[in-house]
Amino acid sequence: MTKPSFVYVTYIATTPEKLWQALVDTDVMRQYWFGSAGCARVNVSDWKPGSKWEHQRVDETRTVDVVGRVVENNPPHRLVITWARPTEAEDESKHSRVTFDVELQPDGFVRLIVTHAGLEHDPKMLESISGGWPKVLSNLKTLLETGRAVLRAAPAK
Amino acid sequence: MDIDKVFKALADPSRGYLLDLLHRESGQTLTALCMHMDMTRQAVTQHLQQLEEANLIAVVWQGREKLHYLNPVPLHEIHARWIGKFERDRLDVLRNLKNKLEGKDDDKT
Repeated sequence: MTKPSFVYVTYIATTPEKLWQALVDTDVMRQYWFGSAGCARVNVSDWKPGSKWEHQRVDETRTVDVVGRVVENNPPHRLVITWARPTEAEDESKHSRVTFDVELQPDGFVRLIVTHAGLEHDPKMLESISGGWPKVLSNLKTLLETGRAVLRAAPAK
Repeated sequence: MDIDKVFKALADPSRGYLLDLLHRESGQTLTALCMHMDMTRQAVTQHLQQLEEANLIAVVWQGREKLHYLNPVPLHEIHARWIGKFERDRLDVLRNLKNKLEGKDDDKT
């Protein structure tokens, strides 16, 4: 097992079930997951182990930027997916792996840990992802704690 | 997450330097970090503990190795709270100008 490229942690005042729903339900996802171009994104799948998932833009094009497979689905505790460019969907050696761990803390907060491993051979993907996750996680926290959708980021130049 | 803890954790040059080391290479062991620090292993452990309590670093066990990762999520929350969404580009221009004038080739950080 290679060591993770990134580990992101956030504490959210919510329940594990609500957080889980935000990870798998596109109606919630589109309210906090924005890409660098400011366009909302959703992850579409039936979330069964072995099933495919797609990272889609929420616009007319429905462009798919990332694809992968569901490795593990243990609600509301752990979701593991593989992560790849659509052009490399069939080449599993190029897939990285994202793990979402949801843990209820003694103080009532829910800890979300996002671990992204297997990016060391793909500096370009690593760079684009390292900018994206903190924004997505901080938007997710705001949405769950305030119930308000987050303002979209300014378009990147 | 308590934002005061984040600022307190940042208000120390050694802890700031530890974050610099992890920014350069995330996922380091205590032993690797100690090689760059002019202090006892115990002191480094305490600084790391404080950074972890502020959620500025995340810890992952890989076998018997404890790996430390820079966790930028609280810093992003500070950024999101006080930096307006249209200011980003102007701030980037200022930082690039400063780096250029000071001779730092550090445009990517």
